[in-house]
Amino acid sequence: MDLKEKLVSSFLAFENKVDLDSYVHDVRSEAIKVFEEKGFPSKKEEAWKYTSLNKILKEDYSVFPKQENALDYKDVKKYFIHDIDSYKIIFIDGKYSSHLSETTHDGIDVCLMSAALNKPKYRLIIENYFNKAASKDSLSSLNTAFSSEGAYIHIPKNKIADKPIQVIHFSTGNESASLLQPRNLIVVEENSHVQIIERHQNLTDNPVLTNSLTEVFAKKRAIVDYYKIQNDTSSASLIDNTFIKQQRESIASVHTFAFGGKLIRNNLNFYQEGERIDSILKGVTILSDKEHVDHNTLVHHIEPNCESHQDYKGIFGDNSTGVFNGKIIVEKEAQKTNAFQSNNNILVSDKAAINTKPQLEIFADDVKCSHGCTIGQLDESALFYMQSRGIPKKEAKALLMYAFSNNVLSSVKIPEIKQRINKIIANKLGVDIGFDL
Amino acid sequence: MSKYTEDDLREELKTKEYEYGFYTDIESDTFPNGLNEDIVRAISQKKEEPQWMTDWRLEAFRVWKDMVEPEWANVHYEKPDFQGISYYSAPNSKPKYDSIDEVDPELLATFEKLGISLDEQKKLAGVAMDVVVDSVSVATTFKKTLGEKGIIFMSISEAIKEHPELVKKYLGTVVPQKDNFYAALNSAVFSDGSFCYIPKGVKCPMELSTYFRINQAGTGQFERTLVIADEGSYVSYLEGCTAPSRDENQLHAAVVELIALDDAEIKYSTVQNWYPGNAEGKGGVFNFVTKRGLCEKNAKISWTQVETGSAVTWKYPSCVLKGDNSVGEFYSIAVTNNYQQADTGTKMIHLGKNTKSTIISKGISAGKSQNSYRGLVQVSSRAENARNFSQCDSLLMGNECGAHTFPYIEAKNKSAKIEHEATTSKIGEDQIFYCNQRGIDTEKAIALIVNGFSKEVLNKLPMEFAVEAQKLLEISLEGSVG
Repeated sequence: MDLKEKLVSSFLAFENKVDLDSYVHDVRSEAIKVFEEKGFPSKKEEAWKYTSLNKILKEDYSVFPKQENALDYKDVKKYFIHDIDSYKIIFIDGKYSSHLSETTHDGIDVCLMSAALNKPKYRLIIENYFNKAASKDSLSSLNTAFSSEGAYIHIPKNKIADKPIQVIHFSTGNESASLLQPRNLIVVEENSHVQIIERHQNLTDNPVLTNSLTEVFAKKRAIVDYYKIQNDTSSASLIDNTFIKQQRESIASVHTFAFGGKLIRNNLNFYQEGERIDSILKGVTILSDKEHVDHNTLVHHIEPNCESHQDYKGIFGDNSTGVFNGKIIVEKEAQKTNAFQSNNNILVSDKAAINTKPQLEIFADDVKCSHGCTIGQLDESALFYMQSRGIPKKEAKALLMYAFSNNVLSSVKIPEIKQRINKIIANKLGVDIGFDL
Repeated sequence: MSKYTEDDLREELKTKEYEYGFYTDIESDTFPNGLNEDIVRAISQKKEEPQWMTDWRLEAFRVWKDMVEPEWANVHYEKPDFQGISYYSAPNSKPKYDSIDEVDPELLATFEKLGISLDEQKKLAGVAMDVVVDSVSVATTFKKTLGEKGIIFMSISEAIKEHPELVKKYLGTVVPQKDNFYAALNSAVFSDGSFCYIPKGVKCPMELSTYFRINQAGTGQFERTLVIADEGSYVSYLEGCTAPSRDENQLHAAVVELIALDDAEIKYSTVQNWYPGNAEGKGGVFNFVTKRGLCEKNAKISWTQVETGSAVTWKYPSCVLKGDNSVGEFYSIAVTNNYQQADTGTKMIHLGKNTKSTIISKGISAGKSQNSYRGLVQVSSRAENARNFSQCDSLLMGNECGAHTFPYIEAKNKSAKIEHEATTSKIGEDQIFYCNQRGIDTEKAIALIVNGFSKEVLNKLPMEFAVEAQKLLEISLEGSVG
């Protein structure tokens, strides 16, 4: 039985297990139908031209975790940004771990999707927002059909979340292979501000496939900062679907740091539904071994006077492959749009490959849209200069690569995250340099 | 006089009728509509082709039967009924003429209207013309001069008879019969086209040019062009097209194959101005063209195109940079107006070491048109030190048109250097203001800006052709080009 059949047939059992009101039930039943019809995407689809899921889907994933597993904080501390005070929503094998977490209902809601789905007091929010931003593609629909757990964050009007929120998904590998489908909903009301850090971490070598979906709603003048740290083991695969709907004058930024994992696919979608919106998409990708990262972004400019900035840097070593597929659509009404997209890549190894497709679709005439894309090498003369000053070649290379990706890091607003990323980069490049000098 | 603004220009563009829309009535020898193996055989027979050619066509036809039309392009149109087209039509006044006086006067008048009278062309800087009216070549000039150099320049049907060894060796090597739907169709039914062979070390002394015309109602034109530049040779080849105005959609599926052997250089320039349909988007030519060149060691192929016509354009002149140190270039201006749709671009396939490619694409969209650039730059794992520079600029006039960019970049070698840049903009008010301020009226200013915008590409056209290109730009953007 292949994974698709397995999922479709286990849907009923799943629906019976969770007691839900009719609204969500309808959404899910609809979603499973879409998935059943479309199936997993294949390379024949334009959006999946460079990424094949075939190998990953061959594993015999357990769809529901069988038992609850616990972890000691000291064992997993290194995966937290532990030097800052933060709210934490922690999941172990898809189940909420209360002793690792720190949630709140004081002024803001930082809690669980399962609570939001089940408690009547959230009913209105769920009906207004749940599955309202997600697209109807097959993987999103699959997530929707099985959505039950994840992070639920609601920041009411005129509130600034007092500390960042960390959402971490651990998998213990107690099952031979597991499929996780976290579902997050984030609603940031007028004039509010929130910072979120998301991470997926596999703790063993057993394969894990995560098909995650996050919906973010940024209301008038809201500010959302989202950081995704993807530095997983070589047995973990991640399909991350993020949908962000913005209202006027809001600012949303997503930083994606992709440093490891068997296969990572980021579907990052921004919909600008008001004037004077700013959307920021930034990413650093540093890969080695056989890792594969696919950034698939969409910025949909619907209203006038908006901006978007995309900046993705990639460094590819060994047999790794990188994909960047950035799409900007500017609708007829979206005059005075300013859309910028840049994708720079360095290939370090002969066996690494990069496929990039920066795509513009423009229907308005009074716009400034540009995209740039480069593939190149480190500057030989700069390397030589540093070597002549006594910096070993390896370190010199690392410094240049760090400088290459620094543009993206400079817009990270939480210094501790920046330090952490610097450490990961140093580690990834095999040098012992603290880049934060 | 009231001020001439961009709106006026847009208005003018909308109402501007296709100037070259006329129709010459020449008795034609036309096949019944439809396509099957018998028709393919009949075409081959009609052209007195040898058996191997007939078999080659049939092979293509069999492949084509099982293929489906590609749908990935960013164009929308009513698919042509391939069984509703007559696949062969030739002007009746045969046999060939020895001198220009014998040519059907009506035909000559046609050329006159197009401003390409043979006499004039003969005088003009030594341009040899292989004039094609509805598929069969009726006049070839300067053959003697070329013959002295050993250059073979003739229609492909003649070449099949006279130089079968060359045609057999190279036909279908760059664009195989089963390459794509339209190439397969062309391979099965191509009626005529040009063949050109430049021997080793010869620099072709003049620009070679052909004119393709679509003339007979309801006949699709399937041209096949094969240009071979032997080692160390050079040729500049021009191709220009205009077609009479009619309501029914006409299909054009040409195939052009270029082969540049070691150290050879081919420059291939196209000006395309087929009937784009009227202001309501009715009629117009469907232009589905496969053009590809193969570069051996140190060879260079340069494509230059000015695309102003056709209702639907689907065209990707490509370079396969097989040999080390080979160079591929692509310069393009695509202008779309009213309901025209263009999906055009190039493919640069880097296979050899130290290969270089340059892509400059300028898209101008007006009216309700859609203009797409679609390009592929591929660097294979063995292509050390490959270098590519791409630039795609789009100019939008009015907010009912669209400009799209679909660049695909695939690099598998770490020494590759690839740059891609794209911008989209409109004519800036500040630019016009600046011109106005210096006493240049708005019409002239727009002309100046559009000219400047396309200059990089216009400069690449051979002198003789640049005049024509200017003329065609004028038709598409009348009032803006002074």
